[in-house]
Amino acid sequence: MTTQAIRTEQPLLSVKDLKIRIQMDNGEMKAVDGVDFEIKKGKTLGLVGESGCGKSLTSRALLGINPKECETSGAVLYRSATDQPSEQLNLLSLDPNGKQIRSIRGRKISMIFQEPMTAFSPMYTIGNQIMEAILIHRTKNKKEAKRIALDMLGKVGISDQEKRFDQYPHEFSGGMRQRAMISMALSCNPELLIADEPTTALDVTIQAQVLELMRSLQADFGMAILLVTHDLGIIAQMCDEVAVMYLGKIVEQAPVKELFYNPKHPYTKGLLRSMPRLGGNKSKRLESIEGSVPMPINMPPMCGFYDRCKDRIEGVCNVRDVPKTQISEDHSVRCFLYSDPHGGESQ
Amino acid sequence: MLRYTFKRILLAIPVVFFISFIVFYIIQLPPGDYVSTYAAQMAASGDNMTAAEMDQMREYLGLNGSVIEQYAVWIKKIALHGDFGFSFNYNKPVTEVIKQYMGLTLVVSLVTMVFHYVVAIPIGIYTAVKQYTAGDYIFSGISFIGMATPNFLLAIILMFLSYKWFGDPLLGLFSSEYVNAAWSMDKVMDMLKHMIIPVIVIGVAGTADLIRVMRGQMLDEMNKPNVVTARAKGLSTMKILFKYPTRAALNPIVSTFGWSLSSIFTGSTITAIVLNLPIQGPVMYNALLGQDMYLAGTWLLFMALLTVLGTLISDILLAWLDPKIRTEFRGS
Repeated sequence: MTTQAIRTEQPLLSVKDLKIRIQMDNGEMKAVDGVDFEIKKGKTLGLVGESGCGKSLTSRALLGINPKECETSGAVLYRSATDQPSEQLNLLSLDPNGKQIRSIRGRKISMIFQEPMTAFSPMYTIGNQIMEAILIHRTKNKKEAKRIALDMLGKVGISDQEKRFDQYPHEFSGGMRQRAMISMALSCNPELLIADEPTTALDVTIQAQVLELMRSLQADFGMAILLVTHDLGIIAQMCDEVAVMYLGKIVEQAPVKELFYNPKHPYTKGLLRSMPRLGGNKSKRLESIEGSVPMPINMPPMCGFYDRCKDRIEGVCNVRDVPKTQISEDHSVRCFLYSDPHGGESQ
Repeated sequence: MLRYTFKRILLAIPVVFFISFIVFYIIQLPPGDYVSTYAAQMAASGDNMTAAEMDQMREYLGLNGSVIEQYAVWIKKIALHGDFGFSFNYNKPVTEVIKQYMGLTLVVSLVTMVFHYVVAIPIGIYTAVKQYTAGDYIFSGISFIGMATPNFLLAIILMFLSYKWFGDPLLGLFSSEYVNAAWSMDKVMDMLKHMIIPVIVIGVAGTADLIRVMRGQMLDEMNKPNVVTARAKGLSTMKILFKYPTRAALNPIVSTFGWSLSSIFTGSTITAIVLNLPIQGPVMYNALLGQDMYLAGTWLLFMALLTVLGTLISDILLAWLDPKIRTEFRGS
């Protein structure tokens, strides 16, 4: 299982020029504006950015579960690793309520959410909600489904499963609920797990436990993970590759070590500088990035980070869209500092 | 949960007593009593009563004591003999007056109530799912009109239309030939025909309310993260709709269910008067006007009891529907 999953010739999922537009009263909001990335089998891609940068919308667009108001374009190409022959499928072109995408949701690609409090319905038992996915995708037999669900609860470290199975979400603690959520998402052995801020609502010790759990399950199941977070610490712990998002665009993408040791984009540098460090200079104030994120409504072609950037070049950064520049084979950045400001795309 | 239910019932008893006293006291408050109303009626028809005659009548009817004395006598009779007193207006025991109207009141009210829920819940769900579409606007428009139109006005309009189109305003619950006839298939059909207007009139206002509540709840629930979770699991839209938002949206509907219990028995007073329906509402109204205090008092007591009972039923239903409340029950 693992050796097969580590081979990385073909990406499991590639996102090409993903755009999400939302019509607002005062114009069209470009919530996600031309995002490209690839997720490789068994690997973890981190999608990092501050709130409102479009990372959650991006992750939900992969499954087609954004609200109706989101106009989505581009392509999400998915090639199942286990189906033979494996056919490439554009998930965006499928009917969002149709059978085909539903057979992928929860089965091939599943998702865990930020708020384990509200992501479960308070009306049904945890067992009922975990079994639901199993009953759709794996077996019609309730006994069998219950057995799988109990087994999954055990795998995520919930003891006394029989009793827990019949309890309601409000009888679970936050950490337990997120564990139950993970067991629900993994109950059909997905190839890709999308984790949308999985530990944001948890306290730090529980957070570490949940991340550790996700890592060990990834090793067992060999699935790929798309980890959406605003926490660079989690990225450093968990990911193979990182994409930094700002204002609906990926501004920098690189393998995790490369990004931390050799950041290029002024925004990435700012983020790294604003992280507290053990043994850092305590008398110095923690740095922050000045200014705030503009709304991507009716923005002229320019770099979205222009107003907050210390290295901005007037007459360049604020008059044109920034092309992607390939620094090395697997490191790209969207910044005029690294491209020929007078030429076009320098890919 | 049994213990909780039992505790709630015990607690309800003093509440009902307290309400019954307040009710009795308030009925006593207006100046004059049944005898003076009666005397005024007699005077209007040219027959003057002397003060002695009035006193004698008061003595006979037991109206001479203080409020507390009268209340004590009344409540004692209820508790010991199930005797609710005497209706002066009808010259019959109160229980008989109530019994006479009870059957038809129940029929009219239950039918309108079923109409409420059967119409409002599906429309509420529909308008929420199709928010801001033509269908939503049409139903929401109708329900706003329904909410804003006084019932009696709608009753008059429908009576007029029925008279214009069918030559019969469909007053009352039966055509004249059936009023005193024995029950037969024809009589039932006749009654059903006469029920159409009352059901629509009484039903529309409550339905409009209920549609708004259901729609708002559904919109709330459909945007909850648990719906997104369900979608991410691969459930179909329909299954999600009924399993998650609808179930959760029913809570406030159920919690107000208790209040409608008392209205089942009273019926809708003003509409009933306009439509000349032989149900409890108008009887109650006349009892209050004529200071027919035992009838009115029994009525209000009965309604208080039903409200308390209805709330209890709502709470128990809610506990059955909502696991979170159920846990709190178990804890108590």
